[in-house]
Order: sequence, then C-alpha cells, then structure tokens
Amino acid sequence: MAEALLKVFRGNKDGGQSVEFKVPVAPGMVVLDALHYIQGHLAPDLAVRWNCKAGKCGSCSAEVNGRPRLTCKTRMDSLPQNEPITVIPLKTFPVIKDLVTDVSWNYKVNKKIPPFTPKPGASWKFYQDDVDRVQEFRKCIECFLCQNVCHVLRDHDKYDQFGGPRFFVRVAGLDMHPMDGVSRTKLLKNDLGIGLCNITKCCTEVCPEDIHITDNAIIPLKERVVDEFYDPVLWIVREIRGARET
Amino acid sequence: MSDRFETHEHDVLVVGAGGAGLRAAIEALGQGASVGVVSKSLLGKAHTVMAEGGIAAAMANVDSADGWKPHFRDTMRGGKMLNNWRMAQLHAQEAPERVKELEQWGALFDRTEDGRILQRAFGGHTFRRLCHVGDRTGLEMIRTLQDRGVHMGFDVYMECTIVRLLTDGERCAGALAYWRETGRFVVFKAKSVVMATGGIGKAWPITSNSWEYTGDGMALAYEAGAELMDMEFVQFHPTGMVWPPGVQGILVTEAVRGEGGILRNKNGERFMERYDPKRMELSTRDVVARSIYTEVKEGRGTEHGGAYLDISHKPAEYVKKKLPSMYHQFKELADVDITKGAMEVGPTLHYMMGGIRVEAETAQSSLPGLFAAGEAAAGLHGANRLGGNSLSDLLVFGRRAGLAAAQHAKETPAPNLDEGQITSGESEALSAFQRQGGENPYAVHRDLQKVMQNLVGIFRIREDMEKALVELAKLKERAAHTSIEGSRMFNPGWHMSIELKSMLTVSEAVTRSALMREESRGAHSRIDFPELSPEWGTKNSIIWRDGSAMGLRQDKLAEMPAELKQVLAEDK
Amino acid sequence: MAESGARTVKAPEFGQTLRGDSWWAETIPVVLLLGGFGLYATLRAFEGRFYEWGPYLSPFYSPLIDEHHRWWKLSPALLILGGPLGFRATCYYYRKAYYRAFFQDPPACAVSEWKRTYKGETRFPFVLQNIHRYFLYFAIIFLFFLWKDVFQAFNFDGKFGMGVGTLVLLVNIILLTTYTLSCHSLRHLAGGKLDCFSCATFGKPRYKVWHWLSILNERHMWFAWMSLISVGLADFYIRLVASGAIQDARIF
Repeated sequence: MAEALLKVFRGNKDGGQSVEFKVPVAPGMVVLDALHYIQGHLAPDLAVRWNCKAGKCGSCSAEVNGRPRLTCKTRMDSLPQNEPITVIPLKTFPVIKDLVTDVSWNYKVNKKIPPFTPKPGASWKFYQDDVDRVQEFRKCIECFLCQNVCHVLRDHDKYDQFGGPRFFVRVAGLDMHPMDGVSRTKLLKNDLGIGLCNITKCCTEVCPEDIHITDNAIIPLKERVVDEFYDPVLWIVREIRGARET
Repeated sequence: MSDRFETHEHDVLVVGAGGAGLRAAIEALGQGASVGVVSKSLLGKAHTVMAEGGIAAAMANVDSADGWKPHFRDTMRGGKMLNNWRMAQLHAQEAPERVKELEQWGALFDRTEDGRILQRAFGGHTFRRLCHVGDRTGLEMIRTLQDRGVHMGFDVYMECTIVRLLTDGERCAGALAYWRETGRFVVFKAKSVVMATGGIGKAWPITSNSWEYTGDGMALAYEAGAELMDMEFVQFHPTGMVWPPGVQGILVTEAVRGEGGILRNKNGERFMERYDPKRMELSTRDVVARSIYTEVKEGRGTEHGGAYLDISHKPAEYVKKKLPSMYHQFKELADVDITKGAMEVGPTLHYMMGGIRVEAETAQSSLPGLFAAGEAAAGLHGANRLGGNSLSDLLVFGRRAGLAAAQHAKETPAPNLDEGQITSGESEALSAFQRQGGENPYAVHRDLQKVMQNLVGIFRIREDMEKALVELAKLKERAAHTSIEGSRMFNPGWHMSIELKSMLTVSEAVTRSALMREESRGAHSRIDFPELSPEWGTKNSIIWRDGSAMGLRQDKLAEMPAELKQVLAEDK
Repeated sequence: MAESGARTVKAPEFGQTLRGDSWWAETIPVVLLLGGFGLYATLRAFEGRFYEWGPYLSPFYSPLIDEHHRWWKLSPALLILGGPLGFRATCYYYRKAYYRAFFQDPPACAVSEWKRTYKGETRFPFVLQNIHRYFLYFAIIFLFFLWKDVFQAFNFDGKFGMGVGTLVLLVNIILLTTYTLSCHSLRHLAGGKLDCFSCATFGKPRYKVWHWLSILNERHMWFAWMSLISVGLADFYIRLVASGAIQDARIF
C-alpha cells in the first residue's frame, strides 16, 4: 500500500514544531482520514477538531500545504504525490493545541449583530424569488476559513475594528431577509469595519460552500453603506423627505 | 462546596446544543429560568446540521388533505405501533406550530408558488409533508435556534464534556464536566437537567453519525438511575456512501428518493418491486435498508457492495438546485457526477429510536429533575423512525422539555451537591492517566465497532448476540486498562477513554434488549424470529442500573384511548 | 482576544507561505495588462492626433470636445478620459486586481504581507471608491456617445457601408456595454437594495432586472478585461488607419 508523509504541527500557544508521520494511503482518502490514522495508531493525543466528516459542520479547518481547507474535503490524491503534506492550524487564531485553535473571537463578533427582527405586521407570505439570494448566505457552515484567509485579520490584526467575511455574510443574510425590519448598515460601517475590506476575494476563493462572499454579500453591503453614508444625492433626498414628514 | 472546582449554577442545565437542546434552552429562557448549555463541540456544529431532508409537519401547504391525524397514523405505522401514542399525538399536533415559529425566528424555507413553506414527499409519509431548505434543513434550523438563543442570553459552555450526573437523594442535582481545552473539571449545579445528547452511532464503524454520538446522555442517565427504553431499535439508514472506503457511511439523504431517485441492483433491476411494490423507494427505512442488504448478500450488489441510486433522469439543474450538497459530496469525495451517473449506496447506522424513558407531556425521565429530548429520549418513534420526524421531534419535545424543566426549577429548592460524587467522578475520569503501558483507547474502540457491526447489525440472531455479550465484557475489561499519552490539554486519546465507557454501556443495553425481544419489528430484525409477534407488540423493553449489573424487564404499553384507535382505523 | 503565541510555522515576513504553488505568478498578467494599457492610454491621450478617420472616431476621444482648440490647448482626450478612467479605477473588480498586483495587499491568498498601517478603504484616497456609482452614471452617458459613434461608423459619406473599423467599434461598444451593465453598483441600484422584492412597488420588474444583471455580474471580471483590451485595440486600429500605417478594408 502507498504511503504518505505528513508534517503536522504539534505544539501549543508557546510554540511547537512540525512532526513527521507516515500514513498508509487508501483510495479516496482525505487528509482528515490521515489525521485519524495518526490518532488511532501513532499519536493518540494529536488534537484535531472535527465532527461530521462530511463537509457539513465546518469543524476540521486547517492549512494544508499552505492553503486554508476543510481537511475532510481535501483528497490526498489531489495533493502533489511523493511530497510531504504539511498540515498546520489556522494562522489567524491563537493555537490551543496542535491543529486546534481558539476561535472564540468569532462568537463575540456574532453577539454584536442584532438578531432577526420581523417587520411589524409581517405577512409571512413571500416567494422563492425573495429567498434565493438569502439562502446562499445561510449555507455558511462557519468553518471560519474566510476569517482565517482574510488579510485584514490575518496580516493586519484588526480584530477590534473588523468583523470579517463570515459576519458580512451573516449580516447580508439578515439584512436581505424579506421579513426583517432592522437596518444593520451603521453597524457594518462602524463596528464591523466593512470599509477595511478591500474586496480582494480570498474569502470567496476558500469558501467550501461556494458562497460568493465578495460579490453577493460584501459588495452589496458596501453599496448599502454608500446609500446611507456616502451618496450625497440620497442624503439630500432623505433630508427633504425627513423635513416634509416633520 | 469546595472551591477546588470551578462551579456554575443554573435553574436549568441543558446538555447538548443540537436542535433539541437549543429549543429546550430557548423555552426555559422564555420562562425566566437561568439556563446553561453544555456542548461537547463548538456551538453550531451539532449533529442536527447533518439533517438534510426536512421537518415533517402536517401544514397541508402542498397537500391540503394532510393534518395531524394522517401524520399521527404514519408515525405509528412507521414505528410498528410500539410508539408512545401520546408522544406521537403531541408530535403530530404541535409540529406545524413549531415550524411556523421557526420561520418567525428567521428560518428561510423553500417556498411554494403561493408564498408558503414548501413541502416534499418522504419515505413513509402519506402526504408531501417535509418542510425543507434544499438539502440542508438541519443547518438552517441550528443557525436559527442558535442565534435566537444567543441573543436571548443563555450561557454556553462549549467544548465541555459531562462525565457524571450528580444526584441529591432521588433527584438530579447537576453534573460534573471537564473542559476539553484544558482538561480542568467544572461543576454545574442545577435544579433541572435536560439531556439532549443525541445518539450512539459511534459504537458501529459504518455510520452517518459524528464522533460526538457516543451515547453519553443515555449512559449518564443510566448511571444516575434513570431508565432506558427500547434500546434494541437502532435504525440503519438505507443509503450511506459505500465507496471510497474513507467516506463509507456518510449519509445520502432520503431526499434523493423523495425527489424521484430510483434504486437498482447490479443487474439493473428495480428491486424494491419485490419488497414493497406499493411504496417502492419511498418505503420505510427499515424495509429499504433490509432490501439493499439482502440484494447484496444474495450476490446482486454493486462492485463495492451496495446498490445503485439514480437521480440522473431528472434535469441536471433541478438536481443541483434541490440536492446541492449531495451533488458536491459525490463530486468531491467519490468522483461521481450524480446528474450523469448513479450513486453507490448501502445501509449505514443512522439513528437510535430507543433512549431515556420519558413522560410524554413533560419529557421527564424516571429520575426527578432529569429530562430528555430528541434522539437521547425514547418513545416517539417506536420501532422505526420516519424520515423528517426527527427534526420535528427536536422542536416539539425540545420545547416541552425546556418548559417542564423550567417549571420544575420554579417548584423545587436548590439541590445539595455531594462532594464525594464529584471527587470520585474526577478520579475515575483521570484513572487512565495513572496507568502505564496500557492499550491505546482507539484500539479498544475499533474492536468495539467490529463487535457491534458483525454481531448486532441489521439482522440479528441469538448466538451472535450471546457472543457479543461475552466480547463486550472483555472489551469493558480492556477499556478499564487503557492508558493515555500526553497531558490533559485537548487530548483526544483521553476523551476517547471516557467516551468508551458510554459506548460500552449503550452497546450492552442494545445487545441485551435485542436478545430479549424475540420477534422482528421495525428496525429490529431477528433471523431466528422473523415474524411480528402480537405479544411483543404490547411491550417496551426497559433497562435500568441494578447495582453494578444491568437490569432488564418488559413493561406493558399504556392502553390507547378510543379516539386515537379510531384515527388509526380510518385509512385516509 | 489573546495574542497568538510564537509558532515556528507562522509566516511573519513578506511573501512567506507554505503554499507550494507559484502564487506569485497570479499577478503577472494583471501587472502586464493593466500596466501596459495604462502606459499606452497615457501616451495616446497626450498625443492629440490620429484619432479620427473617415467615419471612425477613437473611443479615447469620444465625445470629441473642442476639437479645434478654441479654448483647450492640449489633447481633447484629456477632457474626457477622467470619466472612463474613474469608472474603471473605482470598479469593484479592478480594485481587487490592483490592490493585489500593485499594492501587494495581499500578494496572494494566505501569503504574508509587509507589516504596515492598513486602513483599507476607510481613509483618503481609497474612501473615494465609495462614489463608484457616480462614475457609473458618467459611464452610461459615455455609452450613448460611443453608440452614436458606432452608428456613424456605418455612414461612409452619406452611404451605408461597413469597414473593418466599423466592426472593431461595434465589438468594442458591445463589450463596453456589457461591462457597464454588469457593474455591481448598477445591480444594487436596479434591485439589489430591496430586501423583499415581492413587497416593493415595481418589485417584480426590478427583481427581473436585478436577476439578469446578476447573471452578467458573475462575468464582470471577464467583461472588464475584454472591454479593456477591445477599447485599446479599437483606438490602436484607428490610430493605424488615421496615421496611414494601414488602409481600412471596406467590407461593403
């Protein structure tokens, strides 16, 4: 049986190093299978986060050969053969142990976003055309690969000022919900720092659910922010309307 | 209480953050209770996200003749009349309300032409009844509940595993747990505890279940003195992936058949004609799983030991829209384009009908203060669960459990914690660290899976199960002598050594119950007793802890009231 | 959030990554094409001649203002180029392309950047990207002129005809139009800003428009490049013809 050489990060917040493991390769095997083999036979204390192993829960995110991936969907035969496979934890979040990182920051950001709030008198009668767009955003499995690859977090450490692609997708899912009655535009501009995003699309490239994060969520939200904060004509229109109403 | 342990106090402690746990927590919060939710993994990763097909609720949006009565009837018939009829009734009556509520909390279901929630056909359901979101209904449900709960303000304890329920005399008083991250112990003091821990699939090798499904909730409840019921009824889903080996067991949603998928054997025969000509592919799961198994056993299986499931006769765009995750799953993991070719599928362990015995109205177990909902609880599904009835179960009985748990918390004084239970729980959990040179717990787990797959699988026979009991005893012994490498910080080997104990308990309960029930009913098929037995049809099998041994008895089902009998008698 | 601890595998310096592929090659075509076009367009804009021949007018010079230098002494192209230039400079696609290729921000996905103060699009000058829709309005006006030019390119001294130049201008205007129609801002204004199509006045037609524009929008990058190349080539063709380097071939 063929063998693969894995170089897996082992360590904790104080540091660590790559450790090599030889793993037998079976047809159709994914990187997570290889990690399980290591746990089961070579290093039972290798820390790996995973749940469904079917690409539905978004737990097993890591960087395989330098690319952010779900290890359960990364086929061994899709990687260069006869070369070691490096597996390291998500770079953007602090390591807890081995491949497990502390992603709690994401849950804190999520708490800032006002939840779904129905419009007063919502009829609950709406159509597929109204929901298609939002259903795309709701495919998100919170693997946080987009957060990990986003350079605003990864390289510029803007954890205090920026929400990250995942939460733009979430806000898009709420703001474009046909029955939602709250605007989150101000939050986007001020607390989630959507202006820091320079739409360089790495989030879209890594999304395992094929959500068009940049084109369908972030850019439309940026346009909504423009409506409210940057478009002088709309500002005048609002002022006039406001004056009339009062 | 000693301050050696981090301690948290809540009115209601919910164990498990899947659909049932979150729904329970939301309800208890709504009642003004302080609520803590403990979850083995991160919030939002629960097994519920894997539910694909939909939520069964008789809303009659598509088929106007539907109503709670047909849904009740389908559920009872699917469960081979072993269901708790009161639960089946409540479930059928309350599910539509629970779905509407979910929509009002922001869930976005697929729509009908006239702007209502769309419903699809599913195995065993007379009408098109499953409210769905493509093939990711469970994810939609979890996100909706998660966000509602988070903003209502429950405390979430993520990546935290319960190792023991604490009791105060004859009532549940809280739980002892450890943080997976640090390995430190934490004590929860609670007036009510809701078990929403899901199933037991990880005791079998070919399963659609995630690592979390180690039967913790059932084992913990059992240890604390609660009764388990109908543990022999373990559902094999007919369609799991069979190739390549790495993906064996991953679920292929029943929605494929709901949308018109056809099953064929290697000779191209549509073999369901022979097993259930009326319902064909949309027969109940037990029947379809046994049919595929039989085809393979009799030499008509596919190359990798399964059956072909084909949806490629439908337009490619339709398949991609209605079954997007299946399309990607096969494309990425098996190099199969399901819009062009057939999938290879075979039975995979999917669901536990049995579990903690509960009262229908309150979801309270036989241990006061301990409640259970969802897959961890028994009763609703009887001998076999219908697809789509699980998500509705989570909502209906999650809510009921949360309500009753909050009520119970209001009516009872704070319990006292017994430090002896805590320290003994701690030292037991840590025991594997004390031993040197023992076995890797993963090796014991692999062998347990082999025993359950080979001896307590789809078809069962006395000799096999007796052998399984002997093997389980040996495995228990081995599990007690495993040892651990490394520290207590996020150490999966250590976690496995603890979960092994739960898996061994539930495996034994399954085997003993299955051995006792001398008939074939629903998901329980005995080669030596192939027929339904009218006598067994009136009995639930009950498991309880009798000192250090496992107690086993049969309890008679409650008499069904005349009006429900009437409902069952009406055919349409 | 806790500071991420030291990790030997962390890639802290510019360009450091564990990616084994040639990630640095991704930006080369962008640098060459965008840089090349920029250079060519600047030269041509200042040149101020060879922009007109027979019925053809170079898109760089359309609409033609103060052709006879009554009040504007420099090349007439300089009067109008700000419009299309601004539209492209603030375009959501080009922003991605030049932030990556020219600012190395980021150089590629999961490749480390220089450490420096990063303000994204929140400060001058990049905060001006937010007025992209106003450049869109200009671009739409320009489209009218350019379509007019194409119609004129069929008019050979009062007779209907077609030369290679006509075709060049026709292909160019089609690409420019699809590029403009696939604009993210247009998609937003047409219907994207609505939350509930079925609840809004004119919701149905706006949904339809939004839906079709969204399909075009998916190919915005493709249209951006094709129209950039076509507009450059169209100008280049007219320059060749106008300067007498080649002869325009009449088709009929």
